[in-house]
Amino acid sequence: MLDFHHLQTRLNELEKLPSLKNDSSITQALEKSGFTRRDFMKWAGAMTAFLALPASLTPMVAKAAELADRLPVVWLHMAECTGCSESLLRSDTPTIDSLIFDYISLEYHETIMAAAGWQAEENLESAIEKYKNKYILMVEGGIPMGDTEHFLTIGPHGKTGYELSKMASENALAIFAIGTCSSFGGIQAARPNPSNAQPLSKVTSKTVINVPGCPPSEKNIVGNVLHYLLFGELPALDVYNRPKWAYGLRIHDLCERRGHFDAGEFVQSFGDEGAKNGYCLYKVGCKGPYTFNNCSRERFNQHTSWPIQAGHGCIGCSEPNFWDTMGPFEEPMASHKFDTVFGLGADSVSDKIGIGVLTLTGVAIAAHAVIASMKKNEE
Amino acid sequence: MSQRIIVDPITRIEGHLRVEVVVDENNVVKEAYAGSTLWRGIETIVKGRDPRDAGFMTQRICGVCTFSHYKAGIVAVENALGITPPLNALLTRTLMNAALFLHDHIVHFYQLHGLDWADVVSALSADVKKASDEAFKYTPNPYATGADKLLEVQQRLKAFVDKGNLGPFANAYYGHPTYRLTPEQNLIVLSHYLECLRIQRIIAQCMAIFGAKNPHPQSLTVGGVTCVMDLLSPSRMGEYMEKFKEVQDFVNRAYYPDLVMAGKAYANEASVLNDIGVNNLYTFQEFQLGKNEWLFESGIIKNGDISKVYEVEEDKITEEATHSWYKDNEALHPYDGKTNPNYTGLVEGESIDHHGKNVTSKVFDTKGKYSWIKAPRYEGNPMQVGPLANIVVNYAKGNKNVIPVVDEFLKETGLPLNAVFSTLGRTAARCIEAKIVANNALRAFNNLVENLKVDESTCAPYVIDNTKEYKGRYMGHVPRGTLSHWCRIKNGVIENWQAVVPSTWNASPKDANGIGGSYEQCLIGLKIADVKQPLEIIRKIHSYDPCIACAVHVMDTKGNNLSEYKVNVNL
Repeated sequence: MLDFHHLQTRLNELEKLPSLKNDSSITQALEKSGFTRRDFMKWAGAMTAFLALPASLTPMVAKAAELADRLPVVWLHMAECTGCSESLLRSDTPTIDSLIFDYISLEYHETIMAAAGWQAEENLESAIEKYKNKYILMVEGGIPMGDTEHFLTIGPHGKTGYELSKMASENALAIFAIGTCSSFGGIQAARPNPSNAQPLSKVTSKTVINVPGCPPSEKNIVGNVLHYLLFGELPALDVYNRPKWAYGLRIHDLCERRGHFDAGEFVQSFGDEGAKNGYCLYKVGCKGPYTFNNCSRERFNQHTSWPIQAGHGCIGCSEPNFWDTMGPFEEPMASHKFDTVFGLGADSVSDKIGIGVLTLTGVAIAAHAVIASMKKNEE
Repeated sequence: MSQRIIVDPITRIEGHLRVEVVVDENNVVKEAYAGSTLWRGIETIVKGRDPRDAGFMTQRICGVCTFSHYKAGIVAVENALGITPPLNALLTRTLMNAALFLHDHIVHFYQLHGLDWADVVSALSADVKKASDEAFKYTPNPYATGADKLLEVQQRLKAFVDKGNLGPFANAYYGHPTYRLTPEQNLIVLSHYLECLRIQRIIAQCMAIFGAKNPHPQSLTVGGVTCVMDLLSPSRMGEYMEKFKEVQDFVNRAYYPDLVMAGKAYANEASVLNDIGVNNLYTFQEFQLGKNEWLFESGIIKNGDISKVYEVEEDKITEEATHSWYKDNEALHPYDGKTNPNYTGLVEGESIDHHGKNVTSKVFDTKGKYSWIKAPRYEGNPMQVGPLANIVVNYAKGNKNVIPVVDEFLKETGLPLNAVFSTLGRTAARCIEAKIVANNALRAFNNLVENLKVDESTCAPYVIDNTKEYKGRYMGHVPRGTLSHWCRIKNGVIENWQAVVPSTWNASPKDANGIGGSYEQCLIGLKIADVKQPLEIIRKIHSYDPCIACAVHVMDTKGNNLSEYKVNVNL
């Protein structure tokens, strides 16, 4: 599957591109900042493992990162809460956020940028013009469209979020929808969606890579950029355009409480003895069996924790329309009927087999849970 | 001849905010308007849902103050159902809240507000040795300001600038005549700016230890908290304690000394003084430290008279929409609010651009409606909320947690007490509040440890009776000021929901009497040095730490389908 020759060719191509910055490679800059080559290679190695690539690719990952300063990034805020930007700021290892700030040329980002007003608008326009078809576009937030398009305007000319994201998309090299809002509409698009907020994919006909999560972990944001640099093409995607490397497994698959699920040991209500013992949260509403993300492997905030570790079930935040399909969040899904919105592509094999499987999976999970629990009670 | 200045987007804030001012021939602001340009409608979306889900949805109002609306959403439902969570749960929430306050306040000072005070590029010409000595003037134990460290920072900045591409730092107001810090002082701030990027990750971890993640923690539930395993793990508790102390150290040795330094440097800068904005101050009790012990108390000060503090009477709160993009204008209590969108758009106009030319732009229809933010009022008057209100009210009430810190700050800067009523004062009060939280939150931690020895409960049981109607609210103080959430539950689901949030108070547009909120009022009389670079406007607005997604909310108590309204797009 991995084509080393293709990778090498891609890296050679990148290397030939003129640098945005005059005198520095990333390694020189790193050294100036007190990072050794060894630190950097360690980081590159970690990223290689994180992307589930073979270790032999580590030197290539390092090389790709060295070339990263040649990619300008434009980040737009639509109808959102800024949680995705905050997630980016929490970058995982001590060095990653300085890598982002120092070596990706962040041309426009409203939460961070120094310029405001007319100067900010000028930054966006000049970035789009100067780096036409060369910048990475990242969009945070849903986009009001149709009759309510003007529910979001930005800048002294009162351009709508729709106009801005469309213009930025048309001229972008690659487009990432960061977070569930720009991927699928998010909270503002939940029933009855009073502002008619839409996902970024409704704004452009170009491929949009969805990086959902509320918010997505910073690793999923950074990892995707690196993936693009390495392969020079979009990562393999599931039917919801989520990169398979990050969203290929269910929360349930690698859950630390999975053993308790299999043993039929469940938290019956928050704060009970089962909760103190770390039992499975399925019966208090965990959506881990229906949710595709790498939280159970990567966790959040430098591996500090994740919802299931903190004793609360997964709410399914990286799934389309989860606000409408997965509530009440503290009750098990088995009591609900699945509809087509939940089904297609939500399972790694379902794009072949269809929605019936998931319904069956749901029933099977419930049945398993009941049987295991009965056995447990008999003991 | 008057001219209009538009600042849109106001960057380095949460959300979408536009400010317009009209200046006279001397560049003095005569009129000011602040409006939000985004509407999302989360309170509408919450309706008809399970009350246990409300906290998760209200949490998504904001990912910056990423605990405030979660807790508020959960507590409002608890209040409605008559639930008192176990002490362990309440103290755990305090510890998470302490992490939020420290995160918000340090990131605000350095990453969001810092560039309004510090001209980073000027740090290039700093004398490293002098800068290192300078740091000792403000604390006996300076943070990350040794000569070697500062040299490294300066070289890093030089390398960055030499690349010729400033990225997010491009096109700012560098060299503006109202900057007051010396190159050496700017270098100190820059070193702390970079350190803060590391420290903010650590304090976010403190929230994540009990909260699963940050942003958007996930361990509160109606009745208590779910992180019982973490509470019963000495290792996890130790992790919180040690990480918290590391951040406390940053607050005391970097943030606070930098504030004293800025306070002295800007003591004579007209654009940051004498702008009380709204001089009615409103704050609410927060930070439960023990069974009956709170860090900050509630209170109201009217017309800047600190000799008398009034009790908060919640039935005196109303919101109206005369100049907001909603249909029903009249002032109503949040339990009875009506808020149907009625967008009338921006209008054609002229403003000065960044080249100083008058150009065609879109401008507010200031005679009509011009913001998605409503106008909350207390007894019909606008109020100022936030750290300034919290610190002044608590000082006036004689709060022993607050008085010594304020007195010490005034002594160290030589500023008079009334200097607090200013842009500088708002920025100072935020740091003072952070210092008080940093130095007291572990009292809650210690009480939690003591309580866990005799009581391991973390959740209170409850039932939701589908035949009963419930009504409840949360009132409290969050990083940007006084927050309240108001809910009604009927037939087992949310019947209505209303949030009256800090930035709504401060960023309020004008009301039926033509009286604006604190953002608007604080800008009147401001002299702008350079109309092409309205740094003073941004500095003042940033001093409130705007959170505009929080401020914009809507509720339709009539159960109408909002999507049916046809919008009059006047563009």
